[in-house]
Amino acid sequence: MKLNINGKIHNVELPSDTPILWTLRDELGMTGTKFGCGKSLCGACTVMLDGTPIRSCITPISFAENKTITTIEAISEQKVGQAVQKAWLDIAVPQCGYCQSGQIVSATALLRDNPKPSDEDIDNFMSGNICRCGTYTRIREAIKVAANNLETAHD
Amino acid sequence: MIKSNAELAEQISNISRRNFIRGFALTGLVLAVGMPSVLWAEDIKYGRNGMPEGWVDNPLVFVSIAEDGTVTIVAHRAEMGQGVRTSLPMVVADEMEADWSRVKVIQAYGDEKTFGNQNTDGSRSMRHFFMPMRNVGASARMMLETAAAAVWQVPVSEVKAMFHEVHHQATGRVLSYGEIAQAAAKLAVPERADLVLKTPDAFRYIGKQSNKLIDGADIVVGKAEYGIDVRRDGMVYAVVAHPPAYGDTLLSFDDSETLKVPGVIKTLTLESTPAPAFFNPLGGVVVVATNTWAAIKGREKLKITWKSGPNAGYVSETFRKEMEKSANSQGGKVLRSLGDAYKTLATTENKIHAEYYIPHLAQAPMEPPVATAQYNNDSCELWAPIQNPQAAVDTVAKWLDFKPEQVKVNVTLLGGGFGRKSKPDYMVEAALVSKALGGKPVKLTWTREDDIQHSYFHTVSLEHLEAAFDDKKRASVWLHRTVAPSISSTFDTSAINQMPMEAGMGVVNVPFDVPNIQLENPAAIAHTRIGWYRSVSNIPHAFAVQSFIAEMADHVGRDHKEFLIELIGKDRKIDPRTLRDEWNYGESPEEYPLDTSRMRNVIEHVTQKANWGKKMAAKTGQGLATHYSFTSYVATVVEVAIVGDGQVTVPRIDIAIDCGPQVNPERIRSQIEGACVMGVSLALFSEISFTNGVADQNNFDGYEVARMNNGPMIINVHIMPTTDYDAPLGGVGEPGMPPIAPALCNAIFAATGKRIRSLPVRYQLES
Repeated sequence: MKLNINGKIHNVELPSDTPILWTLRDELGMTGTKFGCGKSLCGACTVMLDGTPIRSCITPISFAENKTITTIEAISEQKVGQAVQKAWLDIAVPQCGYCQSGQIVSATALLRDNPKPSDEDIDNFMSGNICRCGTYTRIREAIKVAANNLETAHD
Repeated sequence: MIKSNAELAEQISNISRRNFIRGFALTGLVLAVGMPSVLWAEDIKYGRNGMPEGWVDNPLVFVSIAEDGTVTIVAHRAEMGQGVRTSLPMVVADEMEADWSRVKVIQAYGDEKTFGNQNTDGSRSMRHFFMPMRNVGASARMMLETAAAAVWQVPVSEVKAMFHEVHHQATGRVLSYGEIAQAAAKLAVPERADLVLKTPDAFRYIGKQSNKLIDGADIVVGKAEYGIDVRRDGMVYAVVAHPPAYGDTLLSFDDSETLKVPGVIKTLTLESTPAPAFFNPLGGVVVVATNTWAAIKGREKLKITWKSGPNAGYVSETFRKEMEKSANSQGGKVLRSLGDAYKTLATTENKIHAEYYIPHLAQAPMEPPVATAQYNNDSCELWAPIQNPQAAVDTVAKWLDFKPEQVKVNVTLLGGGFGRKSKPDYMVEAALVSKALGGKPVKLTWTREDDIQHSYFHTVSLEHLEAAFDDKKRASVWLHRTVAPSISSTFDTSAINQMPMEAGMGVVNVPFDVPNIQLENPAAIAHTRIGWYRSVSNIPHAFAVQSFIAEMADHVGRDHKEFLIELIGKDRKIDPRTLRDEWNYGESPEEYPLDTSRMRNVIEHVTQKANWGKKMAAKTGQGLATHYSFTSYVATVVEVAIVGDGQVTVPRIDIAIDCGPQVNPERIRSQIEGACVMGVSLALFSEISFTNGVADQNNFDGYEVARMNNGPMIINVHIMPTTDYDAPLGGVGEPGMPPIAPALCNAIFAATGKRIRSLPVRYQLES
């Protein structure tokens, strides 16, 4: 099967029900996308499929045929993703950092579609991503900082 | 036969000594538990001196400088989000006048003889290693200065290291660190007594706000390497079908369907070990495959018959009733007794009592337990997220019948730890599987189901409290009966009482100025593996004690804060030994007394910041709690708002911590923020319960934790300032946790009039 991942075509020979997560991690060695629950409950595995954030732990590679997958490794190629990463560092969001790949991909998708999210928008969009270290208040702040920086860049 | 705590502790410490002599010292794991036993022996060592292998401050072990000036500093403690890979090397960099932007940090492998104690738990990395790391940096700086002085042939007193260079001020000559590194490394390391430490006004990084995380840039691009990210050439992947209840064993299994799953290579078995659990693997059936997913699918197809073990009858509801019975009956091991609580209770009309229940919890770090192992005939190398790498070396060596020096444990970043990754059972599994595969490298991953069902669980507790009041509405009796299976049961099946370590987490070491005090610990038998969970027994003890004080204040119609401060009594430094606290977090009772003025200060500070007593809208309320743990003082005011059909929201938390000198204030802040969120998790959502020995929860749907939309909205961390860097340091990672749940439930009472005595709150407010 051919998979378009971060703009590059990969040939993978795996059963079509293999989740994107394990294809990325074990088959292709792209370990930025994390395993957290395997049941779409925690968001650690979030990647974009044709720009839409999805949980790669339950999404089989058959769904990704003729679509494009974007992972944390390439999120900086998007202007919004880059702003999110910068805000994450400026606010010092990460503690252990393990869930932050998924958080950053989710936050990037949020800001791309909703450049000025309210607290409620942020909470609703981001509540699928668990952070056991408890960085939520900083994530909320960093999303707002990224939003402001992006807006300023537009002016 | 039932053993007393003292006998048990003695036995545990004897085990550790014996093993030490035999060359596979289980020091890290056993001494951590057994330490209390020897605490008050005459030759007792405290703090960093009391830890297995103590501490090392040799700069040649921790620092190297390349010719291009890159300074490489070894981080010997495990990074799990507390920032230790940034903060400890930063201390070295500061003392040695290094430019942090030219510092590289490398992680030490597990070897306590070389690096000093590496068991990253107990909120003590900075407490124990601030001084040694300052010594390391100061030694390196002085060696660089001596080397430069020799080049210039001037007295060393005329040269000064400044920001990655040594200067000869009289002549304006400058040598970079890279230029003199080789010469400096050949010099003798200065004697400890000759070290000149910086004065705090000269600190560049210590105590400053804007220190960049050493791994931050890698984390945000997905490049940071956690245990689960390790890859080795020719590596295969494994998962284990563990026995459903602790103590169950494998009878038979049919893997014919498993072997049909594409990618599955083979199955093999791991033997179960009888209790006590130590850090031994649980046993079960291993599925080996070409990727993790194939292994998981293969595991689903196994048909396994288990033989029920001694814990197959463990039912949480029943066990709770048993604990309630114990907690309601006078007796049990007496932990402390002052005056005559029973007599006063019998003769006083004005009195109250209450019981509090706190369930088992799972640490559930976002990265589940995982390990990669590569076995050879005469060695084994492992890569894993592990809080206690020396225990991993020792335990794996024991299982492979190797000497510790034949086992190498590489410590990766931890995707969270919270106490779960103190126990290297999953690493033993990986080592045994690699051995069974003839030395093939294997990555063995626990799924979330494995993690939540087979943790070393936080204990389950029933806390019974009674108080009586004199005619001035002051407390005349404080009675606390604490019932909970002990962590020591994980190391000794006959252990039925709380260890000094557990009793010293908020049962005995409470500073209350009450004339009659009775503290008791009835027995409780463990039916699952009990282990450390961030802040450990402080969670149930603080929940009960701080909730009960609010109930007492309410009963006599007094302001909670005023009543709490009165109960603590006048400012004084209490020798923990006079409280029968035989543990004191392993610290010297002289250096670390229980200082009630510091407790009062955090209460005063946080109530002021939170505007305690302000007028609140309907269905909203403030709650207060304080708690001393890991030698730090914390007080918090939590605000709740009850919405919809009884859902609790937390609009704001104010929390004050006095942890003594602050090395990395920004990471202190982040740790306390995280503790607030985890405290809200266990207060509102999280519970592990058992039916027939099996945990009822198995993923984040059943085992719920706080999320963005139901965690605290605003967290204001107030760090009590200090400028005295010679003062003893307090812990940071854990002390924020314990007061959150009681403050939150006190706030619920203020908002609704309903008293929560059983965690989690979950649906208790729904009509």
